[in-house]
Amino acid sequence: MPLKIGVLAKQVIDPDMPTAAFSIDATAKEVTVPSTIPPVVNGFDENAVEAALQIKDSQEATVTVISSGPSFALDVMKKPLSMGADELVLIQDDGFKNTIDSFFTARLLSSAIEKLGGFDLIICGRQASDWDNAQVPLGVAELLGVACISLGRKVDVTPNSVIVEKIIPDGYEVVEADLPALVTVSNELGQPRYPTLRGIMAATRKKPTIWSASDLDLDAASLEPRLKLHDLFVPERDQICEIIEGDDDADSARLLALKLREAKLI
Amino acid sequence: MADAAGILIVGDVIDGQLGSTSKELLAAGRQIANNLNESVSIALLGSSTETAGTQAIESGADIVYLVNNPALESYHIDFHLAALKSLVDEISPRIILMGRTAEGRELAPRLAFRLGVGLAQDCLEVSIDTSNQTLLANRPVYGGSAVAVVSCEQTPQIAAIRPKAYEPLETDSNRSGETVSFPVELDTSIAKTKVTNVVKEESEGVKLEDARIVIAGGRGLGGPEPFSDLQNLADILGAGVGASRAAVDSGWVPYSYQVGLTGKTITPEIYITVAISGASQHMAGCSGSKVIVAINKDSEANIFKDAKYGVVGDWETILPAFTETVRELTQD
Ligand SMILES: Cc1cc2nc3c(=O)[nH]c(=O)nc-3n(C[C@H](O)[C@H](O)[C@H](O)COP(=O)(O)OP(=O)(O)OC[C@H]3O[C@@H](n4cnc5c(N)ncnc54)[C@H](O)[C@@H]3O)c2cc1C
Repeated sequence: MPLKIGVLAKQVIDPDMPTAAFSIDATAKEVTVPSTIPPVVNGFDENAVEAALQIKDSQEATVTVISSGPSFALDVMKKPLSMGADELVLIQDDGFKNTIDSFFTARLLSSAIEKLGGFDLIICGRQASDWDNAQVPLGVAELLGVACISLGRKVDVTPNSVIVEKIIPDGYEVVEADLPALVTVSNELGQPRYPTLRGIMAATRKKPTIWSASDLDLDAASLEPRLKLHDLFVPERDQICEIIEGDDDADSARLLALKLREAKLI
Repeated sequence: MADAAGILIVGDVIDGQLGSTSKELLAAGRQIANNLNESVSIALLGSSTETAGTQAIESGADIVYLVNNPALESYHIDFHLAALKSLVDEISPRIILMGRTAEGRELAPRLAFRLGVGLAQDCLEVSIDTSNQTLLANRPVYGGSAVAVVSCEQTPQIAAIRPKAYEPLETDSNRSGETVSFPVELDTSIAKTKVTNVVKEESEGVKLEDARIVIAGGRGLGGPEPFSDLQNLADILGAGVGASRAAVDSGWVPYSYQVGLTGKTITPEIYITVAISGASQHMAGCSGSKVIVAINKDSEANIFKDAKYGVVGDWETILPAFTETVRELTQD
């Protein structure tokens, strides 16, 4: 039996867009970006796809990518397929606007996982670069009742277990769990592979499975909001920078050192 | 849980002493407790937590729960979660404050999910709307480009607070409080994960989180070698050395050097950045620094929006001259 791997991925606003393009619609309490800046697959989720594909490189495995959101840019969300994933499942519903509510999202994704018959291993990015919540994967693990290892920088599987190098502040731990398990990964896993031409061709032919909330088995209690968003704003920065200018770079450097000494900072 | 009341802090104990995260959380807890006119309790998990318990009272706690079971001796997420769940079920707090530390990053969301409630993640500030006893949490989102004000819809309301967002209160050895022993039963078979090895990759010299001065390098350094120049300067100043994610991703220094949203949170007196652009995700880990100094060749770089002092120019010339002057100045 091939190992069944599920990867959770989110479509996000490009975090590398120019700062000037970032603005907030205060009434809608939403971040807006010009339509010229396309969304991307959340960076850490691409690391998750990479971790899954590395396993698939060395053994028989299938990789299914699952995402939920109010709407999708299909060409963007097909990127994991062009990298080598086998299937894409999109849970799309206009009502999913409130993506800050991790409980809701985790509930949707875990229902979808159950509908897909479950996975031996679920791999997710450590957090999404929009709301930086870092909650959905841990919530999915809780809701499914499976083992959970976060912040992986290396993920290996044996026939019955997963072995993860988990990042800790001053190094890493090697953590093991029996399958089924859920692992979150960080960018330390390494650069995700680029789609190959063959991969891109294959991805264009693949049709994602598209579900809406009504396709999933969701009880009313799990749909109740857990979080309320009161306000969203761009923080003020009132720091004024004193640029130290000498005759040349070396002189500026000396003046900077003198300045810091004078201010008793060094 | 209609009769939920009080604030519960999930504390940390390091080598028998109350951790700095606990002290920061107690400061935050005291502030909102005074607004609510309710008490602050703290949960200390493990054994030999009595000393830390006394310190917690001196730092602002009214009630200390010594949550004990042999399985809590060293940190294990599954045991800690189960123990906390038992305590929360028993005492029904209105609000739970946790630290977004290495452990808290996992513990807080999983506790919230286990309780079926929401979590205000990675908060910089919490306050109380006294009209409805709601906890309002300010938390950076979009890597720090925006701030969201959120509240939890169910009880207990849980917030995970970013390390160093609050200053601990002055300790007061005259404060009184109650200590409650809370033994929990834990089934050892609930442990779903096992740590088989721990590998330390500490940065050399002064510990980043404790350093009064930190010098950090970014992608503009172009390679690993210049980090030894930063280390030289750091040695003169007794400073720690940090890095941006771009420098870590390039493999120039290990992850333990990374400052930022997904790295370390530091609040030194002075933070000197060399060839770092100042992306919001980087600043998320250092914006609490008292003074930021920027050395960058691009006068438009974001870092100059946060820096107090800056030099626009090439680090290859600036750094040696700066280091030399610092050496002379600090010699006498
Ligand atoms: C979800 C998420 C989480 C993240 N977490 C973190 C995090 O924890 N920490 C972090 O640091 N980043 C983080 N990032 C990445 C962050 O967005 C930036 O990409 C990163 O901080 C850039 O690093 P940098 O400033 O070194 O590189 P760049 O942005 O490339 O900046 C290099 C700078 O060097 C200057 N320079 C070049 N040559 C010279 C020279 N010769 N002399 C002087 N100056 C020179 C340039 O002018 C430029 O400003 C995260 C990103 C995301 C999306």
